[in-house]
Amino acid sequence: MEAVLFFLAAIGALGGAVGVVAMRNPFYGVLALIVHLFSLAVLFLLLTSAFVAAAQVVVYAGAVMVLYVFVVAYVGGDSESAWEPIPGQRFLAPLLGAALFVELSIAVLASSLLALGTQGPDVNPGFGDPAAIGRLLLERFLIPFEASSILLLLAAVGAVVLAGRSKSSKGAAVGSFHAGGVPS
Amino acid sequence: MNIEWYIVLSSLLFAVGAMGILIRRSPVVILLCLELMLNAGNLALVAFSRMVGNQQGQIFAIVVMVVAACEVVVGLGLIVAIFRRKLPLDVDALRELRG
Repeated sequence: MEAVLFFLAAIGALGGAVGVVAMRNPFYGVLALIVHLFSLAVLFLLLTSAFVAAAQVVVYAGAVMVLYVFVVAYVGGDSESAWEPIPGQRFLAPLLGAALFVELSIAVLASSLLALGTQGPDVNPGFGDPAAIGRLLLERFLIPFEASSILLLLAAVGAVVLAGRSKSSKGAAVGSFHAGGVPS
Repeated sequence: MNIEWYIVLSSLLFAVGAMGILIRRSPVVILLCLELMLNAGNLALVAFSRMVGNQQGQIFAIVVMVVAACEVVVGLGLIVAIFRRKLPLDVDALRELRG
């Protein structure tokens, strides 16, 4: 049962990842990434980390993907030009990706971690549930928790500064509106 | 399932994400591929946390999620700013750093 679930989720995650890379329309790429994230949440559940799986679904597949969908709908999903600055880029990149995969697999599987071939130790039923994670976050990892909240605040302010309409462009937009729409 | 399956899957997803960053030229899709790589790292973190039987790896994964959310917000803000200035959304065309 567990193996079936693992392989189903692995196929979903891999298919979603390949879809993100292969889809020409960015909108479909975002949808493929949502499939990928849900499959990863199933994998996290199989690894008995319930809170991370829930956070993955709520934060990632919920909030972050909505942001992506809005931006793709705003920017518009035009297809890329066929011009390649590096000749043969489409053939060299999969080669490099395959080399990276082989290298990572060798690096991990050839390490002397004996526990890699096991399912991990038996854990108590509360492993990775919200209570345990919350206790760790608010006691032992309180300073990283607060630091990440400051980081989130900075990112929000930065996004407003970056994407917000600046004064000069607002004036230009209003001016063009007056020039085009209202003759005065 | 043994932990090594998860690790191999994680490195495969990471390689797919890296390949996407190398192939694609739209900044939005490059950000999506970055998400793929971050999530592959998250899967490895959670798998190692299960392997050791210690929940601290899951805290790491949650912090990675926070950092990924910040990166998405700033990156999408940049994309919207690029779009507003009527510049082409193509990382090869955006070679100069002056606005």
